[in-house]
Amino acid sequence: MTRRIGYLLLPAILPIAVLLGYGIWSIPAQNFYFPPLPEIIGFFRDIWLFDRIGSDLVPSLARMLSAYAISIGLGVPIGLALGFSRLLRTACEPVVEFLRALPAPALIPFALLIFGAGNGSKLFVIVLGAIWPILLNSLDGARGVDRTQLDMARSYQVPRLARLRHIVLPAASPRIFAGMRTSLAIALILMVVSEMVASSHGLGYFVLQAQRSFAIPEMWTGIILLGILGFLLNAIFLRIENRVLFWHRAVTRKRPTKARSEATDA
Amino acid sequence: MRSSVSPAPARFTDLGIRIAGVCTVLAVFELTARTGLLPRAWFPPISEMYLELGKLAFGWPLWVEIGRTLSGWALGIGLAAVLAIPLGIALGTNNLAYRLSKAVIEFLRPVPSVALIPLAVLVYGTGLEMKTFLIAFATFWPILLQTIYGVQGVDPVAMDTARCYGLPQSARFTQIIAPSAAPFIATGLRIASAIALVLAITAELVVGAPGLGQAIIVAQSGANATRMYALIIVAGLLGWALNSCFQFVERRLLRWHPAQRGEEGR
Repeated sequence: MTRRIGYLLLPAILPIAVLLGYGIWSIPAQNFYFPPLPEIIGFFRDIWLFDRIGSDLVPSLARMLSAYAISIGLGVPIGLALGFSRLLRTACEPVVEFLRALPAPALIPFALLIFGAGNGSKLFVIVLGAIWPILLNSLDGARGVDRTQLDMARSYQVPRLARLRHIVLPAASPRIFAGMRTSLAIALILMVVSEMVASSHGLGYFVLQAQRSFAIPEMWTGIILLGILGFLLNAIFLRIENRVLFWHRAVTRKRPTKARSEATDA
Repeated sequence: MRSSVSPAPARFTDLGIRIAGVCTVLAVFELTARTGLLPRAWFPPISEMYLELGKLAFGWPLWVEIGRTLSGWALGIGLAAVLAIPLGIALGTNNLAYRLSKAVIEFLRPVPSVALIPLAVLVYGTGLEMKTFLIAFATFWPILLQTIYGVQGVDPVAMDTARCYGLPQSARFTQIIAPSAAPFIATGLRIASAIALVLAITAELVVGAPGLGQAIIVAQSGANATRMYALIIVAGLLGWALNSCFQFVERRLLRWHPAQRGEEGR
């Protein structure tokens, strides 16, 4: 029994040790760049509970999530269409390869010119970075659909929409989800980047501004909040994925879908 | 590679379709600019962008900027690989160590690396070190995780057999662990390459570290839209070239591996 508890507690040891170590080191060290832990925690409470939530956190999250939704809304249908049409796929391949390889932050100046400094440019940059894993995984998912099943459904004259709903989507969904998870991380990164350039609020703006005015503890609170955000978003996503794909996990236990190698989670 | 299995005439048609696809997109952009659908001052015709690109390509400064971006890219990935691959092998073979560090990895991995830009600027200034640090931090995680997956995925029967026959530890490593983890590590490096380029460009855009990203900002603030677009195209081509290089090397070196063979036969 005690062995089991020890086994379960094992993963918690290192994080606690790291935090304790930093706490003990930072108080006497008085390093300007690495302020004491209690000070950071105090500032965190002052700033993020709940003073700047409405002005910085909510707009950032809203932008990120709406851009993420747009990426899914565009990426899945386009990806499926490309997966099913060989002609379209071949024709679009070079363009897709180029746009996918283009580092999305390089498009910020372009977005600023076309959409101005408002929400439009930020959404554009996030979507243009986050759509590719979803699109490419949908494409692969569509190509992986069992042809016999599709042919049979066609010969039984199952309507097109029902074929999409009952055959294509279930077969492609593990891949689509793998792409969506990658995209979530990318969307978060691009949210921060897009707010660091030409912005007046948002988390990215806050962190960079704090650094530029040498408000070091404030900067740390922003970094920590972003870390927590990344962790939480990932955890929530995994829960949803587990719920939606329970049948897949059950059928192919121990064979988690490997994201297509574009999996760029940073 | 998919086309390598199709007969020669089909390959030529594919090439034709691809070229047609690219030409269509280019023509659409050219027309929107020429007809004034997008204001010309903001979005010059694509032919002018390529003219500018051609002029830039013959000048020295462009290559210097590319070199600066790539040096941060290479140093960062190199550092990350040197740290992450041995650590990944250690964690992959030792279950206790893996469980101990799992929580820390799971927490640090989704932290959006760009959140660390302010910190990196404080500690390392705005030069190459800052870029290297950021890239090394961001690319450390995908390489580490892929290495762990690869080592954990080693066929246990092969390992047990080797142990039964009394193969020494070093031989087990070079004969079994290294070959079967190699494709995973290669994938990790390819993912890392894309992330590293995004971060290099971001650091140059946001902080003004010298490189391609900074050149884009300079062109933008100098109201030289044509040059800005030419440089964005360069960034995309660079990403595409790096990705292709990695894919090519991966195929060459790992030709014997089932995953690669499967991909080619598809």
